[in-house]
Amino acid sequence: MGVVIQISYFLAAALFILGLKRMSSPVTARDGIVWAGAGMLVATVVTFFWHGMSNYLLMILAIAVGSSVAWISGKRVAMTTMPQMIALYNGMGGGAAAAIAAIELLRGTNGHSGAVMGLAVIGGLIGTVSFSGSLIAFAKLQGLIKRSIVFPMQQPFNLAVLGTAVVIGALLPFQGSGGVLVFVFFALVLTFGVLMTLPIGGADMPVVISLYNALTGLAVGLEGFVLNNAAMIIAGTVVGAAGSLLTQLMARAMNRSIANVLFGAFGHAPAAASAGESGALKPIDADDAGIMMAYSSKVVVVPGYGMAVAQAQHKIWELAELLEERGVRVKFAIHPVAGRMPGHMNVLLAEAGVPYDKIYDLDEINPEFPTVDVALVIGANDVVNPVARTNPESPIYGMPILNTDQAKNVLVIKRGQGRGFSGIENALFGKDHTRMLYGDAQDMVSKLIQAVKRL
Amino acid sequence: MIEGFTALYIFMLAAFTGYEVIARVPVILHTPLMSGSNFIHGIVLVGAMVALGHAGTGLERAIGFFGVLLASMNAVGGYVVTERMLDMFKSNKGGR
Repeated sequence: MGVVIQISYFLAAALFILGLKRMSSPVTARDGIVWAGAGMLVATVVTFFWHGMSNYLLMILAIAVGSSVAWISGKRVAMTTMPQMIALYNGMGGGAAAAIAAIELLRGTNGHSGAVMGLAVIGGLIGTVSFSGSLIAFAKLQGLIKRSIVFPMQQPFNLAVLGTAVVIGALLPFQGSGGVLVFVFFALVLTFGVLMTLPIGGADMPVVISLYNALTGLAVGLEGFVLNNAAMIIAGTVVGAAGSLLTQLMARAMNRSIANVLFGAFGHAPAAASAGESGALKPIDADDAGIMMAYSSKVVVVPGYGMAVAQAQHKIWELAELLEERGVRVKFAIHPVAGRMPGHMNVLLAEAGVPYDKIYDLDEINPEFPTVDVALVIGANDVVNPVARTNPESPIYGMPILNTDQAKNVLVIKRGQGRGFSGIENALFGKDHTRMLYGDAQDMVSKLIQAVKRL
Repeated sequence: MIEGFTALYIFMLAAFTGYEVIARVPVILHTPLMSGSNFIHGIVLVGAMVALGHAGTGLERAIGFFGVLLASMNAVGGYVVTERMLDMFKSNKGGR
């Protein structure tokens, strides 16, 4: 049976890589996940026949419960809350890797070399941070934790917690068997994951989730070495590398380093950085806004998190189609980090049926803004804030933004007069050619549709 | 069995593979791809099964049970969410 298991794992690893490859092109993406899924199924089924296994009843019970909970929640969740679900499932994987490490460490060194035990400790540490960190990321995006929690001496304190955990972790491979230290180690690391994620603002969550995704992959790969399981080593390492690259791409889109996201300014800095910059906010009613758009020749829609929250994507596409019937050219401009995840907006617009060729990214659309008659900003804030270009004091200075302020007119749909997720005042809203539409994105777009229809 | 340097080589080659596979991915696929790679590390399920399968003491069984439970949520949840997301790309034909 051993050979069959090895062949199956080999097949699974190949299917994972091919699946991931297919997922990186829009045309083949749909098959990609099916290929990877087939690999997973094969690997899981043959594992039941691993030599010397027992506890089958517990195993089947755990798989049945875990699978059905995840299946139901995964099917039911709204597309707009996808980012936190990915964070949640990712955390589960990290927790599982940590559980494997815990069992190995409690059992002690029997049969394992010191190096292997060391890998178990590192994998356990990374997996546990990913577990508790992802849970906090989930809680933040789900709105269970509303504020970024900051306290004095936070970073030295976090560092002390991590340092203590690392020292204890370094002692673990030299222990004969298990003991209290293993629990102390995991408790400290769990705490560190929580502490590290709490101060990070919601706007940075995409990068953080991606980072934890890469970390879980790495933890799985390391535990694969401990268990001598090639499928885990390959799949885990591939995800670790791919995830690290994705994280870098995202951080670069925000013009920030990963270190800056993790330890950086968003929790502290927004204090009065742009005070006095913004002029008065000028509201407009939906009828006038509708007329403005209906008689322009080029409209660019800039969606943000507010669109996701209000589930307004279908209405927006309806509005766009209506405008196109009147001969208005409508384009959608998506900032790489709009929403709570890169590509978040693309997924939502795809759900609403907006074709690819109407969706433009930052580099493609920015040169066009001076010729745009109306830029319609829907629930986006930081990604259109011109202080990123103009004010070196601002925490988002240097982040590439969509230059909506260069459009001839700007319409902003916004829920209230508050600031964006990063807490920074938006200079765009006070500009002379900007008009504010206050209200829920979905209601407001419905009103715009009515206004255009009446013409 | 995989030992010593062989393991290191596997690690290195797998890391380059992961990097190359993702290197030229369009932005629209970032979220589905993150979700897809999130599913793939659900392979931790096989490790958790082996760990639970060899658990001796009650404590080991409890941790192993927890591990298998979490891992199966990772795998199944990751699959369902990714599939739903990619389903939306189905109706659109071609790229730019």
